Amino acid sequence: MTDANQQMVEQYRNNFLREVEDNVEEGGWVKMCMQCGVCSGSCPLGPHWDHPPQELFMMIRAGKRDEVLQSSSMWMCTSCYNCIVRCPRELPITHIMHGLAHYAKRLGIAPKNQPTHKFAQLFWNNLTKTGRVNELKLGLALYFMNGISEGIKTSLKMKDVGLGMMMTKRLSPMELIGGHKCKDTSGLQAILKKAEELEAARIPVAGK
Amino acid sequence: MSKKSYSFYPGCSSQKAASASNYMVSVDSMCDTLDIELNEIPDWNCCSASIGYAGGGELPRLALSARNMAISEKENPGQDIVATCAACWLATKETQERLHDNDKLMAETNEALSAAGLKVEGSQKVRHMVEVLIEDFGYDELGSHVKKPLDGIKIAGYVGCQTNRPFGIDGESYENPKYLDKLVETMGAEPIENYDKKVSCCGGALAFSEPEKSQALIKDIIESAYDGGADMIVTPCPVCQMNVEVYQNHINQKYKTNFKMPVVYYSTLMSVAYGKSGKEAGLDGQWIKAKQLEEIASK
Repeated sequence: MTDANQQMVEQYRNNFLREVEDNVEEGGWVKMCMQCGVCSGSCPLGPHWDHPPQELFMMIRAGKRDEVLQSSSMWMCTSCYNCIVRCPRELPITHIMHGLAHYAKRLGIAPKNQPTHKFAQLFWNNLTKTGRVNELKLGLALYFMNGISEGIKTSLKMKDVGLGMMMTKRLSPMELIGGHKCKDTSGLQAILKKAEELEAARIPVAGK
Repeated sequence: MSKKSYSFYPGCSSQKAASASNYMVSVDSMCDTLDIELNEIPDWNCCSASIGYAGGGELPRLALSARNMAISEKENPGQDIVATCAACWLATKETQERLHDNDKLMAETNEALSAAGLKVEGSQKVRHMVEVLIEDFGYDELGSHVKKPLDGIKIAGYVGCQTNRPFGIDGESYENPKYLDKLVETMGAEPIENYDKKVSCCGGALAFSEPEKSQALIKDIIESAYDGGADMIVTPCPVCQMNVEVYQNHINQKYKTNFKMPVVYYSTLMSVAYGKSGKEAGLDGQWIKAKQLEEIASK
């Protein structure tokens, strides 16, 4: 268990709902859920979720802390916003799912091998490096995220897509060296560093 | 009509040799005809779309869009911010809403921005290009520039998610928005009726991390277009465009289908209808060639 996670367990004891309200993005809305299930029925990847949003909301109220935060479910949110526009109580469900996923990641207890967890981190690393997404490096990082041999297999499988994108000039090998970026990368990184510091003063981060 | 100017947020995928560079080419051509001036926000950065949340907490993610808004307010004052990418538009609009709703987040965001000497108010309207077309021009005006009507082409208007939810286009419903069909009609083509998957999700960023699950969704989106008799699909979103276009071979292999459905942008259709060349309409960027549009463009 990480220090940050232990700290929160001790601080909130058995009140997981309060913990979510205080620390998860848009978490204050969770108690408004009336368990109608429209969100779960509207979710495009819902059938793959161990616990659809409605269930996660009830589990939060029931104090199922580990089951919720270690779940792979919210990492399967496609950000389609169906749940948000259909929720009769107008809960910002998409944002709560992102918030729960981030909070679990922040405390160091998100499921390590969940592919979207890995990809979302790669995406963030990629964009914060230069201020803009480098699609080629992001694609390669994705293919090789489970090691070299699987990476080669995936690259071969995806070869036609990559070549097609290059033929239509929608992907350039030149992106490997240099590539697109912000001019004021240092300014951008200073902003992000400050924002992270301000947030960390409110919510702990594992390993820091 | 006189020239209209906007503060433009092009986004990562629009850049040269990036996945939606063909979108940008067609947008430029369309804007040329409509006399729209797009003033790029100098040194804009990525908005982190909807998938930055593993590494990025709420405040760092808000700070990303806030930086763009701050530079826009300073360098392009008095103009609306316009994005062509659904995710760019959504992230920027969400940031504006969140900052206006929460004084503490606004104060902290400005504290972060001050590290680079910037300050944000969130005063400029944040709009998608489609809103500009419909609200600042209107279908009649857009139709008045048509030189080569797209006669006889049947098109499935795939609106997708993020230009439709949670904000959407004013006056449209979430479940059956009509604007894309109206644009198709305005360009002289025929929108297919009762397109079942019009607002279904293509998997978004999860097409990369969960390819099989996403491709099952994409298959239904294409199949439903064929069922409606469509010759091609049109979309307002770079992620929708790419996801629905480039995995068709993989889907064919897995599901024993025989898909070869071109997927274009609204701006592609408009550029061709406005008499631009195939190259100016970005048709050379089609992975699956839009032959009917090529024929009209070369006439």
